[in-house]
Amino acid sequence: MELAGAYDTIWTDLLGGFSLILLAVVGMVMVIWDAFKNDDPVLPWIGTAALAVALVWEVFHLGGTPTTAFYDLIRVGGFASFINIVVLGSGLFSIVLSVPYLRAIKHGYGEVYALILFATAGMILLGTANNLIAIFVGLETMSVALYILTGLVREDEGAIESALKYFLLGAFSTGFFLYGIALLYGATGTMYLPEMAEGLAARDAQLMFWAGVALFLIGFLFKVSAVPFHMWTPDVYQGAPTTLTGFMSTASKAAAFASLILVLFYALEGLPEEERWSLVLAVVALVTMVLGNILALVQNNVKRMLAYSSIAHAGYILVGLAACTADGYSGALYYLLVYALMNIGAFGVMALLEWDGKEGRLQTIDSLAGIGFRKPLLGVTMGIFMFSLTGFPPFGGFFGKVAVFAPAIDAGLTWLAILGVLASVLSAYYYLRVLFVFWMRSPDEQEAPVKQAGFPVPKASAAVIVACAALLVVIGFIPYIREITQVFFDSGAMAILP
Amino acid sequence: MGIPYLISIVIFLPLLGAVATMLARSDNTVRYAALITTTVTFLLSLLLWIDFDVATAAELQLRDGPFLLISETLDVKYDVGIDGLSLLLVLLTTLLGPIVVLSSWTYIGKHVKAYYTLLLILQTGMTGVFCAFDMLLFYIFFELTLIPMYFLIGIWGGEDRIYAAVKFVIFTLVGSLLMLVALLYLGFAAGDAVNNGVFTTDYFKLLEFNVPLGTQSWLFILFAFAFAIKVPMFPLHTWLPDAHVQAPTGGSVILAGVLLKMGTYGLVRFCLPFFPNAAYEYAVLFAVLAVIGIVYGALVSRAQPDAKKLVAYSSVSHLGFVVLGIFAFTIESMQGAMIQMINHGLSTGALFLIVGMLYERRHTRLMGDFGGIARTVPVLTFFMVLTALASAGLPGLNGFVGEFLILVGAFSSDTVGMPLLIALATTGVILAAVYLLWMLYRTFFGPITNAENREMADLNLREVVVLTPLAVLMVIMGVMPQPFLALSEPATTKLLATINTKRITALEDAERAEPATAPLVIDDEEFTTEPFETAPGVFVRRSVSSSARETGLPGFTEKVYRGVPSPSMGEGQGEADPRPAQRMKAVFPPNPLPPGERGQTARLRLRPDRTPAALRPHASSSHP
Repeated sequence: MELAGAYDTIWTDLLGGFSLILLAVVGMVMVIWDAFKNDDPVLPWIGTAALAVALVWEVFHLGGTPTTAFYDLIRVGGFASFINIVVLGSGLFSIVLSVPYLRAIKHGYGEVYALILFATAGMILLGTANNLIAIFVGLETMSVALYILTGLVREDEGAIESALKYFLLGAFSTGFFLYGIALLYGATGTMYLPEMAEGLAARDAQLMFWAGVALFLIGFLFKVSAVPFHMWTPDVYQGAPTTLTGFMSTASKAAAFASLILVLFYALEGLPEEERWSLVLAVVALVTMVLGNILALVQNNVKRMLAYSSIAHAGYILVGLAACTADGYSGALYYLLVYALMNIGAFGVMALLEWDGKEGRLQTIDSLAGIGFRKPLLGVTMGIFMFSLTGFPPFGGFFGKVAVFAPAIDAGLTWLAILGVLASVLSAYYYLRVLFVFWMRSPDEQEAPVKQAGFPVPKASAAVIVACAALLVVIGFIPYIREITQVFFDSGAMAILP
Repeated sequence: MGIPYLISIVIFLPLLGAVATMLARSDNTVRYAALITTTVTFLLSLLLWIDFDVATAAELQLRDGPFLLISETLDVKYDVGIDGLSLLLVLLTTLLGPIVVLSSWTYIGKHVKAYYTLLLILQTGMTGVFCAFDMLLFYIFFELTLIPMYFLIGIWGGEDRIYAAVKFVIFTLVGSLLMLVALLYLGFAAGDAVNNGVFTTDYFKLLEFNVPLGTQSWLFILFAFAFAIKVPMFPLHTWLPDAHVQAPTGGSVILAGVLLKMGTYGLVRFCLPFFPNAAYEYAVLFAVLAVIGIVYGALVSRAQPDAKKLVAYSSVSHLGFVVLGIFAFTIESMQGAMIQMINHGLSTGALFLIVGMLYERRHTRLMGDFGGIARTVPVLTFFMVLTALASAGLPGLNGFVGEFLILVGAFSSDTVGMPLLIALATTGVILAAVYLLWMLYRTFFGPITNAENREMADLNLREVVVLTPLAVLMVIMGVMPQPFLALSEPATTKLLATINTKRITALEDAERAEPATAPLVIDDEEFTTEPFETAPGVFVRRSVSSSARETGLPGFTEKVYRGVPSPSMGEGQGEADPRPAQRMKAVFPPNPLPPGERGQTARLRLRPDRTPAALRPHASSSHP
């Protein structure tokens, strides 16, 4: 490593890692600020501002030439910007939704917002890492922050249980992950993703490589909650504060999938067709879709239902990855964006509705009877989120599904697509059940009707939810978004390469 | 009269109206906004009719687009227009718009704003379905109709509305999602073949693409399954009685009048021309199911005590005729099917409206609760008798024209023209008369047994206005169907021609296609090939028949075996394939040699481009 030349590139490198550095620094400032002025109401808005600035920065770099920074440790621009936009957008929306929500459940600590920023920084590092160690550091930064956020509601046993479960299982999977990295390094002699295929060809260490890949994959599948590594998901999603569930279910998934895509794209690009992971991923995708949807069918708690449904959605994204083609990867990226909008919106609506009952956190689906006509804004937007999650056109969810299923069909995995859509028919049942309760049941039929009195919907929260819904309505008809995801993997230009 | 983007305006004006109703403050404003929107849309759609050139009705007219929809790398477009197949259906949709709005004026008491908003969104979806000339766009509109319908049934429906609504959505969704997979597959295959490898859902490009025989069957099944659920065909019809009975009157009218037609329209527009060989292959199956539907629907109708259920089951019976007509592949039956779609929309729509009016007065739909009301509500009775007779197929009214054409066409059909089958279908007409007249008798005639029926109010002006256009059209289309038939005739003629051409091309393609593994050693003496695999586990051994060798006329026999290949596989070994030999026929060019010189060398003189691939000499060299 040439340190002599380091000063020449330091400014470009610092600018390249702008979002990452900004979030980390602002997060630390917030921690210190909080130490002097405890739970200052200004804190969340500082975090919001930092996320917004970073988001705008990344939007401007979306179309730029992709490069790397810090000795090729992270990627900048293009693909990296896209995934950063998803992560930063999720963080931004979640903070705005969290402020009134956390205040309402009386857990609006200043540290929470700093932790959201740290988690986001970890996700950025994970999603844009070009190096196995950077991936690991990103993953852990993200995870540790999320463990804390999960157990935020200290007096609630469910929350404590979920945080402990998440931490123990997460630590366990990290072990697999790290061991996988070690084996991969042994087999390829490099930590850098783009050099791995070459490194593998130079040494004949196939067995070690595949063992590493398998362990590595387990770590990823745990983070994206794919079956059979999904056990933690429902408990954690139910136990965590609702708006933060929305955050971790979208942003962390986006970052982990982005990293997985990079690994697949680089480590496997050079391999012959039959040696790719296509079949492994296809099988995992299938069981994830089927099991996620079936288990979601029988849930009575909306958050838990959404947790299982998010497992199913991980399955849909894996269908795109199983295609092992540029189209499949770009479809998965597109899906991540759409999925973030749908899920943050859905959890946001649920968070607002939790105020409506005393037993908010234990709220069953039945206690929401007739809410649609009382709160049309929440009812209509929830309708859009549910239909979009089901995959109805013209909402984004439909275009997302097309984006992941079409490449799979193109790659000869038609059976997977057929089973996948059949599994998603199941999802129609439970998503529509939410709408049926929202719109078609009158609260009088209910044994314990929810409080009739109106409750305020803060303007900022309403704006975020409406923004999510509006984006879902139009996103399918913005060709640019789909095109940009495809440009990243353009095989001719290899545009993803620095 | 050239209003630019007229067709898009007709499609999206209701959506604009939906925004207006959403913003409206009072219930009455909402009602009037909906009424004005749908009426204007209907008037504009009449302009479509005026602008439509009947002489070229086979072609796509008044086209808007194509505008690229998703991205450069996906050939998915906004492409709408009308041709002879869709014009009447679009007009039916726009006509039912104001009628449904008016009929729901007092029927819908709660959540008026939401009701009309959804109704208008629904209309955009339905009109779009009939105008879309891009498959993905079609799919978007097709699914868009599900969302409002779910709420219409679920919020304003009867007792079991939730069950009915969910069943409706799940049934349709199973079919349409499987169709989506098939569509994506078709898009990639067509893209590779006719669109420079770019995925395409352009209707005309898909039409250009001849789907290989093996693929056709399962693509056809997935497409036809989706449409058969929508029609609905026996045995997939079970959602229909639930949905129709539970839906509010307006919803039932739209369901019966338009939504079911999306299924039959899809069969005609997409299934037949895209997969003609498979459609021929499965024609008998579909015809048999259609006839079962005709008879079964009629018999079940007869047994219903609830008037609305009776009308609902009668739809199964009537749509059976349409499907029978579609799969007969004759011009008469296809024309009959097209006109029968409209007829069913008018008469069943009117029946639902009248049943809804009765319900509004007495809050019951059981026929036993009525009886003798012809004396108290003469105007309503008049409309009911007229509609029932039209629905039963009385000559002089519209139902007769469609059913007659379908039956005549089906009798002369190559595919389904089995006398017994068609005779059974014909009994459906008689049974229709039985159950409809039975309903008339029980409900309207005889003595008044229930005192409440003496005080029933007759139709008010609004209700007369709702029913009159339908009644007038029933008479006009019954007395002079020609102008309506003329609208679709060029289109159906062209459709059948396309189906035939594509069917033959696909057969030829299959002949030409190189078998994947063909160890072709042509036995010079016998002109017989070694067995080669055409599909996993299926082996074919071909020989040129002796008469063909002598005369140069078509003649080419194949023995098909299943099992393990062996070089010595000969006649009598393996299991003969029971499939019809249709795809085995090959056409040889006339043998140019004089009879004396024919023999071994004749094979070499065959024009390479016309020689069946399996017999092409060079193929043997590439497979050591």
